[in-house]
Amino acid sequence: MTDRQVFPPLALRAEGLACGRGGMALSRDLTFSVEPGQCMLLRGPNGTGKTTLLLTLAGIVSPLEGSFALQGSDDDSPMLHYCGHRNAVKPRLSVRENLEFWRSMNGPTGIAADAALAEVGLGKLRDLDAGYLSAGQTRRLALARLLVSLRPLWLLDEPTAALDAAGHELVSKLIDRHLGVGGLAIAATHDPITLPGPGRLHTLLLGAEA
Amino acid sequence: MNAFAAMLGRELRLALRGGGDVLTLVLFFVIVGAIVPFAVGPDKALLERIAPGIVWIAAFLAMLLGLDRLFRPDYEDGTLTLLRHADLPLSAAIAAKVIAHWLVSAVPLILASPVLTVLLAMEGDAFWRTVLSLLLGTPALAAFGAIGAAVTVSIRRGGLIAPILIAPLSIPVLIFGVGAITATQSSAALLFLAALSLMAAALAPFAAALAISSAED
Repeated sequence: MTDRQVFPPLALRAEGLACGRGGMALSRDLTFSVEPGQCMLLRGPNGTGKTTLLLTLAGIVSPLEGSFALQGSDDDSPMLHYCGHRNAVKPRLSVRENLEFWRSMNGPTGIAADAALAEVGLGKLRDLDAGYLSAGQTRRLALARLLVSLRPLWLLDEPTAALDAAGHELVSKLIDRHLGVGGLAIAATHDPITLPGPGRLHTLLLGAEA
Repeated sequence: MNAFAAMLGRELRLALRGGGDVLTLVLFFVIVGAIVPFAVGPDKALLERIAPGIVWIAAFLAMLLGLDRLFRPDYEDGTLTLLRHADLPLSAAIAAKVIAHWLVSAVPLILASPVLTVLLAMEGDAFWRTVLSLLLGTPALAAFGAIGAAVTVSIRRGGLIAPILIAPLSIPVLIFGVGAITATQSSAALLFLAALSLMAAALAPFAAALAISSAED
C-alpha cells in the first residue's frame, strides 16, 4: 500500500452491544472492534439486525445495552458516512446538483463532484435529471457521496443493492481504497466482497444463535 | 455558511422546478378570498369589516397546504437521516428549509394580496397595511408550521394532523395579523406580530431538529 494515511488512527470498539427496534432486541452482546484499514462485513439472514446495528452505530437508534465508541477522535465533527437503503437522491435536480449539494453539506474535503461521478460511472449523465436514473445508477450516485467528503468511518447498508457485476467490483474497489488511506468500513451485505491483502476483512455473523 | 446557502438554494430550486406547487398556493389563496363575498351576500359594510379576517384565514389555509412538502419528501428518501451527519448542524439546515418555505409559500401570497384587497373592496390605505401585516406575520406561520410538520413527519398521513397541532399556536398570529390591518390599533399589533415572528423563527429550527432526531429512534 503506497497510499498515505489521511485519517487519524481511529478505532471503533463495541462492548456488549445490544440493538433492537420498537422494544424488540435483534442482536445481543456484540463485542467487536474495527481498526484503521479494516472492513467488517455484517452477514446473516434477513431480519437479524444488520441494518439496526448500522443505524445504532450511526447514532440514529439508541443501543438497548452496552456501548460503542469511535476511539482516537478528539473533535466533535461528523466522522461517518451512512449509506442506507434510501438513497436521498432528489428528482428535479440534476445528477451533478445532487452531488454538489451533499459536497457542500458534508464539507468539500474529498474529490471534486465531476471526478466522483466519473469514478462511479455517471460522468456522462451529470446534467441529467436524477429522477430519470435507474435504480443501479441512483445507487452509484449515492456511493459518489462517499467520495466527495472524507470521513473515516463508512457504514454501508447493502451497498451493492441493485448494482451490476461491474458495480460490485466498484464497491470493492472503493472500500479497498478507503481502507488504504486508513479508513474504517462496516458493510452489511449478502454479496461477496473481496479485498486484496490479508487481515483486512473480517465478518460478524448475526442471528447465528437463533 | 456555504452549506447553509447550498441548502437554501436546493430548496428553492426544488420548489420552483416543481412547477405548479407555488402557483397552486397562490390560486388557493385568491379563490378563498374571492368566494367569501359571494357567500356573505351583497353587504359592503359587513364585507369591509370582515375583510382583514378573510385575508388572514386565506393566508393561513394556503400556508397549511404547502406544509406537508416541507419535511416529508426528505424524510421518505432518507435525506433527513443523512442531514444528521452533515457538517451543518441539523437545526441550521432546518432554518434554511424554513426560510425557503417562507420564500416560496408566503412571499407569493404577499405579492398576490393586492388582488384580494380589490376583491374584498378594501379601501386604499388598508392595502398597504395588509401587505405589511402579512409580511410581518407569515414568518411566524412558517416557523410554527415547521414545528408541526417535524413532529408529524414520521406519521403516515401526518399532514392531516399537523394543522391541528399548529392551530392553537397560530391563533395569536391571526389575532394580531387582523389587528394590524384594522386602522385603529395598527402599529401596536404590528409590533406584536413582529415579536411573534422573531420568537417563532428563533425557536422553530431547534424544536423541529429535536422532533426529527427523535422521529427515527
